[in-house]
Amino acid sequence: MPEKVERLRHDYLRHDKKFPHVWCPGCGNGIVLGALIRAIDSLKLEKDELVLASGIGCAGRMPVYVDFNTLHTTHGRALTFATGIKLANPSLNVLTVMGDGDATAIGGNHFIHAARRNLDLTAIIINNQIYGMTGGQYSPTTPYGSKAATAAYGHIEHAFSIAELAVTAGASFVARGTVYHVPLLDKLIAQGISKKGFSVIEIISNCHIQYGRRNKMGDPVTMMQGFKDRAVTVEKAATLSAEELHDRITIGVLTDVDKPNYTEELQKIRDIAKDKS
Amino acid sequence: MTIRQKGAKEKKRMTDIESNNYWQKKQNLDKKGLKFFSQIIFYDWCKACGICIAFCPKKVFDRSEDGKPVIQRPDDCIGCGFCELHCPDFAITIKERYPDRRRREND
Repeated sequence: MPEKVERLRHDYLRHDKKFPHVWCPGCGNGIVLGALIRAIDSLKLEKDELVLASGIGCAGRMPVYVDFNTLHTTHGRALTFATGIKLANPSLNVLTVMGDGDATAIGGNHFIHAARRNLDLTAIIINNQIYGMTGGQYSPTTPYGSKAATAAYGHIEHAFSIAELAVTAGASFVARGTVYHVPLLDKLIAQGISKKGFSVIEIISNCHIQYGRRNKMGDPVTMMQGFKDRAVTVEKAATLSAEELHDRITIGVLTDVDKPNYTEELQKIRDIAKDKS
Repeated sequence: MTIRQKGAKEKKRMTDIESNNYWQKKQNLDKKGLKFFSQIIFYDWCKACGICIAFCPKKVFDRSEDGKPVIQRPDDCIGCGFCELHCPDFAITIKERYPDRRRREND
C-alpha cells in the first residue's frame, strides 16, 4: 500500500501548481485531499468522468490542486453549479467540496434543497467550526460558548449539526468522519461517490489557527487528539444516553437509504414527453 | 605498494564483518518475522506541523530545531502508515525495506 500512495500523488496532483499548498501547517484540508484522492483511486474512476466543484473558503482551494475537471465557483453556490453540470451531463460523477460556512450559511438554502431533491451529487463538507480564511468570525457550526473573532466573550448562538440537518432534509447517504480517522474517511468518501442519490460526508476538521488558538488548543496535535478522544462510532452511540453523548462526535454512516433520485426521475419525464409529442 | 596492500586487507576484513552481520540479520528476520521500513521525508513540502512526531506509535521521529521530523529510530518503524496518511502536505512516504536484498545487490 505505501508505494501506492506515492504513485497517487504523481497521478492526481497538478504539478504545475506551486507546492506545498496554501493551507496552514497541520490543516485538515490536506488530509481530506489525500483521502479524496485515495477514495477516487479505489473506485477506479477515469479523471475525465469526474467533476470537482467548490465554493469560497479554505476548502474552496482544493480543486486547484487535483487534476480532474474542476470548478471554483462563487460563495455558497458550489451545489448550484454542480446541479447544472449534473443535469447537463448525467454521466458525470459530480463532487462538491465545501466548508461549513459555505454549505450551511451562505449556501444553506441550496444545501437543504439539493438534499430534498435527492440529486445524484456527492457533497464533502469540511467542518472546521469557524470562518478560517476571513479571520475567525463565528460560523453556523461554532459551538455554544466558544470564542471567535466576533464572539470575544463566548458564542451565544447554538450550533448546527450538518449531518443531522442533511438526514432531515432527505439526503440518501449521510456520514460523518474526522481528520483523525483517515482510513474510515477513505471508505466513507468512496461509498458516497458510488451511492446513487445525494450523499453528504461531513468531515470534522481542525482550524487551530483561528479556532484553536482562541479556545486554548492552539496546535494541530491537541485538536486531533481531541477528535480521537471525543469520537464514538454510530454503533456505540446507540447504546449511550444523551448526557454521555454531549460534546461527542458520532462517526460512521448515519443514514443509507435507497430512493428515486432526481436525475433518473427527470429522464423518465423526458421520455414521457417525447412519446406524447 | 605497501599502502595499497594494507587497504586491500582492510577492505577484505570489512566485507567479512558485513557478511557475518548479514547472515545474523537474515536469521533474525526469519525467526522473528521482522519487517523493516524506510521513511522518506520530502523536506521541501514539510511545514513542521508535528503531527507525525506526536502520533507515531513507536516514536520514530525526533523534532529538529525548525520543528521538522528527523528520523531517529528507523528500525522501530512498524509500517502502520499513520504519518503517511495524516501528513497534510504529502511529505512522508513509508516503504518496506529489505536489508538482505540490498546487501546482495552490493555484493
